[in-house]
Amino acid sequence: MDMGSYIVKRILLAIPLLFVISLITFVLINLSLLDPAVVVLQAQEVPQITDELIAQTNEALGFDKPFVIQYVNWLIACMQFDFGSSYVSGEPVWSLVGPAFLNTLKLTLVSSVFIIGLSILLGVICAMREGRAVDKSVRGLSFVLTAIPSYWLAAILIWYLSVKLDLLPTSGMDSFKSYILPVIVITVSYTGIYFRTVRSSMLSNMNEDYVLYGRASGLSERKVTLHILRNSLQVAVSIFCMAIPIVLGSTVVIENVFAWPGLGRLSVRSILNRDFPIIQAYVLILAVTFVLFNTISDVINAAMNPRLRKDL
Amino acid sequence: MNIVEVKHLKVWDANTDKVIIHNSSFQVKQGSCLAIVGESGSGKSVTCRSIMRLNKPWIRLSGTILFKGEDLNQLSEQEMRRRRGKNLCMILQNGMSAFDPSCVIGVHIRETLQTHFNWNNRESERKIISAMESVMLKNPQEILNQYPHQLSGGMLQRIMIALALVLEPDLIIADEPTTALDTISQYEVVEQLIRLRERMGCSMLFISHDLGVVQKIADEVMVMKDGAIVESGDIRSVFSKPEHTYTQYLVTTRLELSNHFRKLMQEGT
Repeated sequence: MDMGSYIVKRILLAIPLLFVISLITFVLINLSLLDPAVVVLQAQEVPQITDELIAQTNEALGFDKPFVIQYVNWLIACMQFDFGSSYVSGEPVWSLVGPAFLNTLKLTLVSSVFIIGLSILLGVICAMREGRAVDKSVRGLSFVLTAIPSYWLAAILIWYLSVKLDLLPTSGMDSFKSYILPVIVITVSYTGIYFRTVRSSMLSNMNEDYVLYGRASGLSERKVTLHILRNSLQVAVSIFCMAIPIVLGSTVVIENVFAWPGLGRLSVRSILNRDFPIIQAYVLILAVTFVLFNTISDVINAAMNPRLRKDL
Repeated sequence: MNIVEVKHLKVWDANTDKVIIHNSSFQVKQGSCLAIVGESGSGKSVTCRSIMRLNKPWIRLSGTILFKGEDLNQLSEQEMRRRRGKNLCMILQNGMSAFDPSCVIGVHIRETLQTHFNWNNRESERKIISAMESVMLKNPQEILNQYPHQLSGGMLQRIMIALALVLEPDLIIADEPTTALDTISQYEVVEQLIRLRERMGCSMLFISHDLGVVQKIADEVMVMKDGAIVESGDIRSVFSKPEHTYTQYLVTTRLELSNHFRKLMQEGT
């Protein structure tokens, strides 16, 4: 199968998945025992909630319609980036979620570049020097760093670099300097896991017959290593592609520590306020990002590995 | 004259201090084929890899390995690399895993030929294609653009033989080249290996535990067990008058098997 039709097929396969995800998102939120009309009225700080008011709100927001119709209406609106209005402020959800998503995405992408770059670099170095001092010390250090809770590391860094030495801003998102601390914290907590994948993948490839045959054919060590790297990175590509949405979805702690105006902070605030439309949009956006990156990873893998293109 | 002379080869694992080969001395005569026979773990493959200097770094060895009179262990890594492929050519057991799975076959061949010769792409391709035709591979041009998983084990084995044909090595080390194949492919590969020897007059070190194949291709045989050579000599004398109990065991089990098979065939008719 050529790459073009593979990509088309892969995208077509993602569509039903997106439908299922949207349905699950919608059902989960509606499973909540709270009456949405009451929540809206409470959020708007209406002094006395009467049955009449509840009925009015239900009608105004379409909560009185059958479940399926509510879902279809919501889905059609979502496709046009209309996620409804915040229960609390009444602003359109997208005007809150959109910019927050962009901020989190920026942080995630910058961190991912460092996570991926460092993981490949350390993974390759450790695999080439398996069992030697470099390998042992890098693995030992990564063990410690991965075990450190990110909020603790963040607090220490803020205290030392921002408060004591006054080198970097403590929080916010003003200049490129604001990126340094959160990126360090995110990179430290993920690199330790991902570089191990690269290392073990390199090691298992180094024991393959094609490496022996390459060497036995007189190929230079550089050429043999390139073959090993090419095959090892195939495993890593899928993991790295999934790392981006994983980081994206788990910046909640970091964003709260560094007061980063991103999706994580917004979602926590919305959960506390029971601002259902925002929570719904947050869950949906994350799920779509996962599907998107999963598709991208499959396509990259298929481009690198012809065996995967065979059947779909 | 001997092309390879191994004297007092001892191989051990530096991590576990386990001795893999105790004290092995043998030689391969110019133009002849020496078969190494023995069960798995008897040290056959390690012997070959010791000659190629391709053992894992923690596998250490002592003794001398003379190839055309020079001690391979004294060579620098770069000098050794220049001899691999060009002078000492290896054919592996499993063709399916011997080529990089994410590259087409042509990539390995081009890289190998460009390492050893100053040919351009067109010249390399012309040489390998005529070699592939001579080992009965159809549509060689097409095969060069295919991935290993699109070809059969027997075809990949013959591609390795074709590559050896172009490289014209002094010694071919074939590490169980027929073990992973079905009977028909086995037959084809053995035929090609025999023809390869006839055409180039090169020496061969042939590892196998298939005595039938060994009888067909080898001039001399060496039986290994638990890292030691238990018997060696001319193929006919070893097979007709095995002296060591292990060799006797190998030969009689083979006879019993083929007798049993013959009886079954007779009962069938």
